[in-house]
Amino acid sequence: MSTKNFRPFNLKKTIRPGETIIQSLLFVAGVLSIMITITLVYELGKEALLFFNNPDVTLAKFFGTTEWQPGIGKYGIWPLVTSTLITSFIAMLIALPLGLAAALYLSEYASPKVRSILKPILEILAGIPTVVYGFFALLFVTPILQSIMGKDNISVYNMLSAGLVMGIMILPLISSMSEDAFSAVPRPLREGAYAMGATKLETSLQVVLPAALSGIGAAVILGISRAIGETMIVAVAAGSGPNFTLNPFEAAETMTGNIARISGGDLSYGSIDYTSLFAIALMLFLVTLVLNLISQYVVQRFREQYE
Amino acid sequence: MENNVEPEYAIVTNDLSIHYGSYTAVKGVNVKVEKQKITAIIGPSGCGKSTLLRSFNRMNDFVPNCRVTGELLLQGQNLYSKDVDPVEARRRIGMVFQKPNPFPKSIYENIAWGARINGFKGNMDELVEQSLRGAALWEEVKDLLQKSAYELSGGQQQRLCIARTIAIQPEIILMDEPASALDPISTLRIEELMQELKKNYTIIIVTHNMQQAARASDYTAMMMIDDQRSGGVIEFDDTKKIFTRPKDKRTEDYVTGRFG
Amino acid sequence: MNPNKNHFPEGDAFRRELNGRYRSATIGEVLFLSALLIAVISLTALLYNIVDGAFGYTAYEYKVDPSTITSKPLNELTQPELVEVLKANISKGAYNKLNNEQAMETRSQADLLSLVLERIIRIDTKAVWSLSDSLFHKTEIEAEVAEKYPDAKLEFRTWLTMNFITAPMSSRAEFAGARTAILGSLWLVGIAVLFALPIGVGAAVYLQEYAPKNLFTRIIQTNINNLAGVPSIVYGMLGLALFVRVLEPLTSGSIFGVTDSNGRTVFAAGLTMGVLVLPLIIINAQEAIKAVPDSLRQAAYGVGATRWQTIWHHVLPNSVAGILTGTILSISRAIGETAPLIVVGASTFITVDPDGLFSKFTALPIQIFNWTTRAQPEFHAIAASAIIVLMVLLLSLNATAILLRNRFQRRL
Ligand SMILES: Nc1ncnc2c1ncn2[C@@H]1O[C@H](COP(=O)(O)OP(=O)(O)OP(=O)(O)O)[C@@H](O)[C@H]1O
Ligand SMILES: [Mg+2]
Repeated sequence: MSTKNFRPFNLKKTIRPGETIIQSLLFVAGVLSIMITITLVYELGKEALLFFNNPDVTLAKFFGTTEWQPGIGKYGIWPLVTSTLITSFIAMLIALPLGLAAALYLSEYASPKVRSILKPILEILAGIPTVVYGFFALLFVTPILQSIMGKDNISVYNMLSAGLVMGIMILPLISSMSEDAFSAVPRPLREGAYAMGATKLETSLQVVLPAALSGIGAAVILGISRAIGETMIVAVAAGSGPNFTLNPFEAAETMTGNIARISGGDLSYGSIDYTSLFAIALMLFLVTLVLNLISQYVVQRFREQYE
Repeated sequence: MENNVEPEYAIVTNDLSIHYGSYTAVKGVNVKVEKQKITAIIGPSGCGKSTLLRSFNRMNDFVPNCRVTGELLLQGQNLYSKDVDPVEARRRIGMVFQKPNPFPKSIYENIAWGARINGFKGNMDELVEQSLRGAALWEEVKDLLQKSAYELSGGQQQRLCIARTIAIQPEIILMDEPASALDPISTLRIEELMQELKKNYTIIIVTHNMQQAARASDYTAMMMIDDQRSGGVIEFDDTKKIFTRPKDKRTEDYVTGRFG
Repeated sequence: MNPNKNHFPEGDAFRRELNGRYRSATIGEVLFLSALLIAVISLTALLYNIVDGAFGYTAYEYKVDPSTITSKPLNELTQPELVEVLKANISKGAYNKLNNEQAMETRSQADLLSLVLERIIRIDTKAVWSLSDSLFHKTEIEAEVAEKYPDAKLEFRTWLTMNFITAPMSSRAEFAGARTAILGSLWLVGIAVLFALPIGVGAAVYLQEYAPKNLFTRIIQTNINNLAGVPSIVYGMLGLALFVRVLEPLTSGSIFGVTDSNGRTVFAAGLTMGVLVLPLIIINAQEAIKAVPDSLRQAAYGVGATRWQTIWHHVLPNSVAGILTGTILSISRAIGETAPLIVVGASTFITVDPDGLFSKFTALPIQIFNWTTRAQPEFHAIAASAIIVLMVLLLSLNATAILLRNRFQRRL
């Protein structure tokens, strides 16, 4: 083979139109998510503003009265808010202790084999569509509650049943996030505790748990956000029709349940019923957004703590 | 040490071997660790120093496939006999780790916690102060007791870990390269501290630092790996002898820095 | 030190305390484990509840005695005979309508038989029992039927049948099927994936391979994480405002000359689902791309490849399994979503299959919701059957995902 010692080449920048086009397209795809958020805020905000700009709707009525029937001039948001809070509270009452205990067991006690059996069960629970949980709440849990408490003391649609089942639904989320938090706690910390003569329970509860507290906090916040935004369980089992009550044995419609019921009926664009839904949706969006942001921030900080 | 009376031993091992699954990490250790003395364990990386040290307070229990054979006697009782309670054993034999591992709690709580779970009755404030003084940390932190332990420097954290260990009043303190993550000044302070502590405690320390072993210890165990990758104690003697007139050629090579 | 003042319990005293500590340790462990047992029990109860509902005795009466219509037993009638029976017994308008939906000659014998039962004989279900009741309280059930519904027939019925999967909707639970809903779900998922997969993978490639590490990128990333946490019903509201209303000319197909529809089409709903799963697809695809080792990229750059060549020839082929796994998991999320479909206007009662982007639609979870919320127990039975169909669908999707993941793990 004959070789040339010197082959001239040019190192000037070449413009590659193909590369540029592809990069631009990818950029657009990346930025689209921002546009979705903007559109979301814009559309919700626009219609919600129409609702609040209605001369009939005043903030005094919105926050000061306790009946919600926009169609007939009743604009008190409280019944939807209280039932949302009550169902979410019941759900967290179930999901938090159970989720934490499950996570502690999986991360501190379970052998790899036991773990590989139990963990998928939580994953299956996490994958069940919420409408199925709704079916379960209405046709399994409610009858049981009724037979325990007597039919007169608890109505067919009630917040308790919806809340309990929502707790089961959120349990896997809490437990998997907490388990992540526990496994992020460095091993030497546990060894330090054992070396002081601590038992496994003392180590788990008094060293590992406090060390993972912020991670657990993030899980709780995300769980609450999930509970507040959950629709189908409450739509099926908690009752249709706003009801201002703190009694979990009664039926009461949540914010999400109200959106589902009203939008599922005949709805004409621009009517007060229509715009009122956007007001509720905007509130839901903002509340869950803030909760999600806090949760993410806490998780981020927590990760840095042990890096 | 020409003594007429037989010295008291804190730990006596008889053919102690430690296995990870089918692999024998430490084989046939026979040592007698004297009370209220500092015993150093030296040897090249991977020769089983940590493994041996962790077997002294049953920290190896947490390694799923780890097995111990032979005898490890404390006051005549075999640490690995069935009726020995590992939790109580660990409370009698404290441990300080390579990297400082204070609990994510206040300085005060770091010390009080171990005492509390072990049923301490009495004045906790006093115990905390006593332990911090014992670890030569009191003057530096007496105004920060409620601050998180994570706000201390690495050297201070390590002394805090020593303080929490002495707070539960063990007999023996095990230290696995306690100064390897520290700067020279903190290292020196820990060494001074060890001299203080040996008045009340038996100390066993793993170290990679030859000067440290020579300076600070009374006895030295030299460990080396054999052709099956199993570590063993090849020489155990007065520190002075080990560093000046070692019997084993390998020890001589190692302590003079001529090793592999 | 004063031994009486500051001291640790020694000997037996320590032992006693230690035994107490061990006792609480055992109690603690048992409590932790029971949390998991509660989860197991809940899952079992849920599955039991579903299966329990999908099978069992039913007591029914015929509104019209079959012997008044034909002399043969009903299920021995041939296809043409059944057509004759139909022609003779229902109004001409109704017959023509049925004939228009699907020509009588092309309908199967089973289909015609159920039409005869539904339109002429008119089954009237009096009572429905669960599987467990049917198995363990057979005699009580028989006694109850004999007493309350002396004319009724008692029959063990499997609500989940092939016919249930292939039949269209009906206003009578006994004849209702899930075909329209299953097809609707498939259309929705198809549209959602066609929309979200290319955009999602594109966004992930941009974020992992191109985006500079700056504030803007951080905002995009945070935003994606947040979108993943927005309640699905809020996506429904976005779909209602944007795809159903603002983009109505597009989603109803009117700019393409489709006249008989509004914006509440399978297209609008599919796009809504697409937006809903987009953040999930992006996040999963990012993870898959992150898993490709950097050495591979450097090797490609080292032989003079451009950035896109590196991505196309090395990064994407090595992350495709991960991306697909993530997509399948997103699909299983989408397939069970109900709330946004209610909001964008899924039809609750529709008998025609979706046949294009601009058709009206229903979906499996929508039917489950409707049937669950009906008062009559026979609808709960078909809701349970539809749930089984949905869960089997989800199970096979997840099995596919696991298979893919295993293959993927082996390769890297
Ligand atoms: N948990 C374990 N499972 C299996 N093998 C282990 C485990 N821990 C340590 N080993 C092995 O046992 C041998 C001794 O390890 P050990 O940590 O005791 O060495 P070392 O002397 O402390 O080393 P270094 O000076 O680097 O700390 C090594 O070969 C190591 O790989
Ligand atoms: Mg070591």
